[in-house]
Amino acid sequence: MVEQDDRLSRVFGALADPTRRDMVARLAAGDATVSELAAPYDVSLQAVSKHLKVLEEAGLVRRSRDAQRRPVHLDAEVFDLMTKWIERYQHQAEERYQRLDQVLARMQGKDPVSTDITESADERQRGAAG
Amino acid sequence: MSTMTGTHTGNTPSTTIEADPDVPTVRIVREFDAPRELVYRAHVEPELVKQWLGPHSIGMDIAVWDMRTGGEYRYTATRDGEEIAHFYGSVHRVTPNERIVQTFGFEEMPEAVSLDTLVFHELPDGRTRLEALSVVYDFESRAGMLASGMEVGVNEGYDALDALLARLTGAVE
Repeated sequence: MVEQDDRLSRVFGALADPTRRDMVARLAAGDATVSELAAPYDVSLQAVSKHLKVLEEAGLVRRSRDAQRRPVHLDAEVFDLMTKWIERYQHQAEERYQRLDQVLARMQGKDPVSTDITESADERQRGAAG
Repeated sequence: MSTMTGTHTGNTPSTTIEADPDVPTVRIVREFDAPRELVYRAHVEPELVKQWLGPHSIGMDIAVWDMRTGGEYRYTATRDGEEIAHFYGSVHRVTPNERIVQTFGFEEMPEAVSLDTLVFHELPDGRTRLEALSVVYDFESRAGMLASGMEVGVNEGYDALDALLARLTGAVE
């Protein structure tokens, strides 16, 4: 679990940098070589390679075995993974708040399963009056 | 890369999560079909909090729940009688019915702490929008926070995800 958390931390850490996020966004459109990736930036190939190394260590990108060009390939699976973390977090929050919905309904003397808007409004009036 | 969000669509009110790409925050927004005085009370009265904060499978043993400016809270999450996590925080400032500013942390990861601002917005027709903004130290901390699921601690098992993570870890090494 600790190892896995470290792993996820590396992914988020790698994406904390705006240049690296931009590189990832461009790789999402297709593979690119280091020099192609470096083109839009006012930085050395070396600096771009450094960014790529961070992305590679986080498992976000892979270098192909094609010895001539060695294009950089985005590992989309990692993004599925991050989306899953966020979805899970969202799901937990939604479940928590559905429990709160029920508590609030009880506080207002409402039947938690009632969905009739008019009736709910009436109930609320009574609740406020009482 | 755009903002990472998670939303749920459907007829029921849904929770929106936003993990800002530029600052290490998580924003949760949710609307409730209840006046904000009640939504607020459900956050400050321990007897009410106990009924919704933790999952049904998790018991919430509240030692302190003092939601006043300068107050604190402390509770233990239990499953089948076993203590699984110990949560606590300082209450920085409370504006009744409007705003709660607090820290959130747990003993199992003492370095991890978030500063939470809860804002209760009054909406028409007796509805309320709750906005909870959590700020953490850095992106790594936020990753940890999202990964842990917080409310159930770091022990909850998500098999498919863990398997994927294990596979990815193997791929790097």
